[in-house]
Amino acid sequence: MFDEILTIFLDGAIYASWLFIVALGLTFVFGVLKILNIAHGGIYALGAYSTATLVPIFYSLGMPEELVVLAMLFSALAVAIVITPIMERVILRRFYGQDEVLIVLVTYAIYLVLEDVQKIIWGMKSFYVSEPREILGAVEMGSLYYVGYDLALIGLAIFCGLALWLSLNKTKSGKIVLAVIHNPEISGCMGVNINKVYLAAFFVGAFFAALAGSFTAPLISVQVGISVAVVIESFAVVIIGGLGSIPGAVIGALIIGMARAACVHKLPEAEIFIMYLCMAGMLIFRPKGLFQGAQARKI
Amino acid sequence: MTHKFYNNLIVQSIFLMSVLIIVGLFIPNWLVFVITKAIAYGLVALGIVTLMRGGLVSFGQGFVFAIGGYTAGLLGTQAGLTDAVLLLFISFLFTGFVGLIFGPLLARYRDIFFAMLSLAFSMVLYGVLIKIDAIGGSDGFVLPESTYFGILPSSDYADYALYVVSIILTGIVSVLLRYYYNSTPGLIALAVRENELRVEYLGASAFRVTVLNFTIAAGLGGMGGALNGIALGHIDPEFSYWTTSGEFVFISILAGYLSVPAVFLAALLLELVRSFSGRYFPDTWQLILGVFLILSIIYIPTGIGSFFKKFMDKLNKKKNE
Repeated sequence: MFDEILTIFLDGAIYASWLFIVALGLTFVFGVLKILNIAHGGIYALGAYSTATLVPIFYSLGMPEELVVLAMLFSALAVAIVITPIMERVILRRFYGQDEVLIVLVTYAIYLVLEDVQKIIWGMKSFYVSEPREILGAVEMGSLYYVGYDLALIGLAIFCGLALWLSLNKTKSGKIVLAVIHNPEISGCMGVNINKVYLAAFFVGAFFAALAGSFTAPLISVQVGISVAVVIESFAVVIIGGLGSIPGAVIGALIIGMARAACVHKLPEAEIFIMYLCMAGMLIFRPKGLFQGAQARKI
Repeated sequence: MTHKFYNNLIVQSIFLMSVLIIVGLFIPNWLVFVITKAIAYGLVALGIVTLMRGGLVSFGQGFVFAIGGYTAGLLGTQAGLTDAVLLLFISFLFTGFVGLIFGPLLARYRDIFFAMLSLAFSMVLYGVLIKIDAIGGSDGFVLPESTYFGILPSSDYADYALYVVSIILTGIVSVLLRYYYNSTPGLIALAVRENELRVEYLGASAFRVTVLNFTIAAGLGGMGGALNGIALGHIDPEFSYWTTSGEFVFISILAGYLSVPAVFLAALLLELVRSFSGRYFPDTWQLILGVFLILSIIYIPTGIGSFFKKFMDKLNKKKNE
């Protein structure tokens, strides 16, 4: 009994932390740029693919095994550096201030393009990079054994969340971002370069998506179609938590992670749609999510 | 709008329908099929356009699309009902009814929240459909061949028969929708799009109009789903998947909310781009579709319908001079 609860809890936490890193980028981009980015899932997949390419190269160069994390970080960074100017500067900036739903459609188009870009670059075959998963060995939890790498993901998620939250609330540049979130026009009048803030915010969002992709790559087989599920799952998280809220993303990821883990162990039939059910339920009872304050209506 | 306008409209539609039906005899079979599919998608997009007139965009029309398709499919396989016209009509009524149930729930939401909640419903349905093995699970099932008023057309003419039915149906639906758009609730919807609060202050109910629009959109989506299922001869849970819903939104944004014929033109455009790039660039058709989508949003932000409207306005101006 206790083992089962612990299993559900740990599986849920591992799943939630993966989901949280993706959703963190999504919710941050929405908070600053007011863009609900469907292409976020595409960036996630690019992160996974680039890790699947870089890690074998890293090993073939004879680098020490423990430093493989650096290769994964680097691949995420590379994806964000390449993708941000193309998406934000070239395409999305044309649509700022327009209807949110229209921008969702634009990101859907970008998502479609990214899907085929993956196929063009990496083809249809599957990639396996399970080596990084072995560097931390196994951890004993009572009578259960867990892979150390999986548990480390929880730490990574906490680190990412804290880092973003602290840099937003405790640094000068973070406060500038908060000001832009609150009112871009007035911040612009006060001398903030809004375009730079948007670019930086999009970069951070893209980096988190790619980071989640690179650190998930050792757990899965990287292949065509990995991005499609991520999109709606991370949507569900940010909708539950409230769009643009970091604490909301934590709670949303935990709710969905735990609900899914419980379903996998107790009610496997419901595994596929439990998260959509959570999302629909939350929208029905609290349409703006858990962490979103009241907004003034314009007359 | 005068009687003359509607008389003209009906005459024009009947003319256009007859032309299309005659043309259908001479064009290759694949094009007949593509047009039928475009009409199916166009019907669903027309539902979204109806919602768009009230300022809402549903990102989950796959929900009603799938319900309509499965209604037609299950009636065909379980009840032995194969008459295409009857199936389309029953799917329309049934999904309209479903829309009437879900409408009041969804009508409380606006903007992105409306889009996301409708998306959530469609994905719940997707998850459920995939798990019900009795109706084929993720593989779906095959529909029996359709009959038309008791006649089973030979396989050479099966596509054409459905084509004719869908053209006539679309003509009727388009004219009726024009009537609706120019009616009081149809015009209130436009006002809701501009400023909902003021509409409420003036004594009209934005909620009721939205529910009505949603019900109509659901019925149209169901009919489109049934038509698509019958045309393909097969139905599966993908009907309810979010990428399918995305295509409907794309058609309606490409068409804009000003013109009904523009919706079908946009749907045909999408189907043609899809079948051509699917044929000649099988690995990169999504890329082409995506680029096409971005370019059309950048360069025709108000949709193809705005060209139509400009053209008609010019024509009317000349007449008045």
